[in-house]
Amino acid sequence: MTRILPRKDVVIVGLGWTGSIIANELADEGLDVLALERGPWRDTATDFNIGYAQDELRYAIRRDLFLQPGTEAITMRNNAGQTALPMRDYGSFLPGHGVGGAGVHWNGHTWRFWDSDFRINSHLTERYGAAKFAGLDLQDWGVTAAEMEPFYDAFEYLCGISGKAGNIRGQKQPGGNPFEDPRAREYPLPPMQMTYAPTLFAEAAKSLNLSPFPTPSANLSAEYVNPLGIAMGQCTMCGFCERFGCANYSKSSAQTCVLPVLMRKPNFELRTECEVLKIEKHRSGNMARGVTYMDASGEEFFQPADIVLLCAYGLMNVRLMMLSGIGKQYDPNTNEGTVGRNYCYQTNCGTQVFFDGKEFNPFIAAGSLGQSVDDYNGDAFDHGSVDFVGGAGINCIPTNARPIGYRPVPPGTPRWGSAWKRETARNYRSTLSFSCQGSSYPQRGNYLDLDPTYKDRHGRPLLRMTFEFPDNDIRMSHFMSDRSEEVARALGGRQYTTSRTAKAWNSVPYQSTHNTGGAIMGTDPTRSAVNRYLQSWDVNNVFVVGASAFAHNAGKNPTGTVGALAFLAADAIRNRYLKAAGQPLVAA
Amino acid sequence: MSALRNTLAALALLMGGATAHAEGADQADRITRGQYQAVLGDCMACHTRPGGAPFAGGAPLETPFGRLVPPNITQDPETGIGNWNEADFTRMMRTGIGHGGRRLYPAMPYPAYSMMTDQDIADLWAYMATVQPVRNAVVANQLPFPFNIRLAMWGWNLLNFRPEPFRADPAQSAEWNRGAYLVQGPGHCGSCHTPKNIMGADDTGQALRGASLQGWFAPDITGNSQTGIGGWSQEELVTYLRTGVNTHSVASGPMREAVENSTSRMSDADLRAIAVYLRSLNGTAPPAPQPLAATEPRMQAGGAIYAANCAACHGGEGRGARQLFPALAGNPLLRQANPETLVHLVLAGSQGAQTPGAPTTPAMPSLGWRLNDQQVADVLTYVRNSWGNAAPPVAPHEVAKQRDGEPEKPWALVIGGVVLVCLLVLATALLMRRRRRRHAVA
Repeated sequence: MTRILPRKDVVIVGLGWTGSIIANELADEGLDVLALERGPWRDTATDFNIGYAQDELRYAIRRDLFLQPGTEAITMRNNAGQTALPMRDYGSFLPGHGVGGAGVHWNGHTWRFWDSDFRINSHLTERYGAAKFAGLDLQDWGVTAAEMEPFYDAFEYLCGISGKAGNIRGQKQPGGNPFEDPRAREYPLPPMQMTYAPTLFAEAAKSLNLSPFPTPSANLSAEYVNPLGIAMGQCTMCGFCERFGCANYSKSSAQTCVLPVLMRKPNFELRTECEVLKIEKHRSGNMARGVTYMDASGEEFFQPADIVLLCAYGLMNVRLMMLSGIGKQYDPNTNEGTVGRNYCYQTNCGTQVFFDGKEFNPFIAAGSLGQSVDDYNGDAFDHGSVDFVGGAGINCIPTNARPIGYRPVPPGTPRWGSAWKRETARNYRSTLSFSCQGSSYPQRGNYLDLDPTYKDRHGRPLLRMTFEFPDNDIRMSHFMSDRSEEVARALGGRQYTTSRTAKAWNSVPYQSTHNTGGAIMGTDPTRSAVNRYLQSWDVNNVFVVGASAFAHNAGKNPTGTVGALAFLAADAIRNRYLKAAGQPLVAA
Repeated sequence: MSALRNTLAALALLMGGATAHAEGADQADRITRGQYQAVLGDCMACHTRPGGAPFAGGAPLETPFGRLVPPNITQDPETGIGNWNEADFTRMMRTGIGHGGRRLYPAMPYPAYSMMTDQDIADLWAYMATVQPVRNAVVANQLPFPFNIRLAMWGWNLLNFRPEPFRADPAQSAEWNRGAYLVQGPGHCGSCHTPKNIMGADDTGQALRGASLQGWFAPDITGNSQTGIGGWSQEELVTYLRTGVNTHSVASGPMREAVENSTSRMSDADLRAIAVYLRSLNGTAPPAPQPLAATEPRMQAGGAIYAANCAACHGGEGRGARQLFPALAGNPLLRQANPETLVHLVLAGSQGAQTPGAPTTPAMPSLGWRLNDQQVADVLTYVRNSWGNAAPPVAPHEVAKQRDGEPEKPWALVIGGVVLVCLLVLATALLMRRRRRRHAVA
């Protein structure tokens, strides 16, 4: 039997980055806000204790902070001709679990997408003609970089991002990213102090006439008090960012940037270990009544609410929409439907350069302490002479040299035994790595839907992921591998090795947790799930926030844009929706 | 005619209404002022359990004499103070004698509250009378014999307590006097910060120079520049009281609660007055000890432990981080003769106060599980004697004492209790004899 609870103004599904940002904004608006979080409570003081936070076995190898497939698995296949099978262990990507979500264990690369991303279809059509990207379902997002600027700015100042602006109100800034769109002001903090490997990388890049700049980082270069009054510390470069919570209050997260203020607001309530099963709609179909959820004891509740915000991990947002009948399931055969389309990933390749006689001291590291090059990213360069669109950032960001996971040895080295030990000792401190964070563009066969066979512990169908690297992205990535080899040669060194992306995407080895799309924002209600304010085209009081809204994935980490979209949605609700409750903010 | 009558009626109504309104406003002002008195007196700290209903009884106080539980002071007639009247309340605040003549233990700081003005006590009662009644029976007196004899407090008062109103010092400014009133009276700072004699009464000659209670050492808060707040500016002290954190220190333990419930809610003018007064108290202290030599084995060991366990937050030079990690260099808390608070922080960890001015609530983790007594002692010896600090070294047995949680057996206190009871018997006998004599005369 479902217990019916007293109404709330707003119910938020998931309390990670987006949920906490919007909850804080809407609580400021005076609304009665409830967040439902499937996982446990986590905070710095108890969960990321400095005494045990840097436990590689527990967090990096056994993945203590991550979603386990027993809670929710995903099935995968490369194409519609195959039968999808459930991932028995999350491998290629690692969704977060619990308060703070994936924002707890990220590295902290905080990028802005460009105007040529938000207007990708118009931009590429104008520059090259639409035939250049035939076969790719590239769509404009419905916003421009100029419109996104204040929201990026809000997120970066909330986080205390350390970086160097490349373009302030149209004025190019020496030392910053020359390809970025205009920003209103400098980053809140200066770049982090560089370590040796990225410094060397930057020199090599410059020798090739590339434009290296410090990677914008959510590992703080200095003490900081954010606009909410929350204090953060200077990063100690311990090298335990990715897969770990930060024990030093120096990596931006919901915990370090929002929750201390949000949790004390009397009109905000959080219920942890409460899994939302479904968004319930009114009989009219275009309004939600609230959500049904189950608590840790297995009791089911109906929580009525005037506004429902899906702020879970992107893939989970998409699945909840499908399970709740919000939007029309995308069908790759007809290319029709709004939910499940434009699923994209990230197309990466990496290079290792082995040196003799260099001491990089790689254990002095942070998740986003490094140097980046955007000369080959997005549409920063003329694609007229190449056979693809898109690109990649080249990033030299030695994030860690942890004892279990970090064992760089040259190709051909045995995997164990005395030769392996010898090569480990020889190369541990003298290897430099950099990688290409490549764009991932939508094509027809890549999509999300509900699996016809496999179900979760509540008997609900699992999400099915059908994905293969598009030919365009493979060509892009090989181009980037070639560029990487140029950089590797410029670096000198004894030898280098560069990976090359191959077909048959495999869900086992870790690649990237940057899953995007499935509930994309756009201008066309028949080809996108949410409008430019992240409001569902179909159910007016449902907003879907996160990387699920990306109409494609750029050659950049998504969190900066995810955070900006949270501020955009909060602004739209505060300044538009509340004045026209129940109404679509964009006429369909 | 009827128009005139209506007008008159309306006028009467208006006037009547205005009068009632004025009375209501007066009463509302009184209650609001009384609520502020409750903030100044930090009634909440003792009389409310963590997470419990306001004023419905607090968490047990472990005094050197045994356990006392702060009673329910809501308006519930049976389990609270709902059957008290204003006179009962005023007498209790002034004399420590409650409703029905029951003597309170001075864990209730009536020696301080007795200095409060009539107006402030009356306002406080006006507020207390509005507190939501909560039924919650509290057994307040859980002291062992002989301390559980409430009548003994008659003797205690005789020896330790002279009810006196606050006397302003005409030589000082109004602000200084306001600060003195707040510190000595409603703020009862001395309850924690003033050393106690063997009967648990304030050692007034040592006022506010630091005292031990409940496993913490409430530090010296006089203007002493070595152990007190003499090195803090007026603004830094105000910031500390308002937010629980300043560039020198972060409130911990019972002070964290005092900041959250009391000082962070005080007016800026009152905080400034408190700071003016405290900074004027130039406690004469013995000359600062010389720091231990860096080559000392305990300093060497402590330095290595510090680098591995503490430096990530507190910094290699002990400078800490703004609002987040307290500086250890120049922090008077480290220089107290008694290292109890420091041992407590390292063994059990601590979390900062949450105030509107400093919402972060950073935490220090417990290190008791990874450092043994010798290591805790060494690292504390190191931080107490580095970066300009100088304080006596910490011995492993001082750590062991707190780790085991064994309260010190206060033999002096037991003897004090016996003396008290003897005094009481003596006094009663005297009284009886006098009465008998009076009877005889009659």
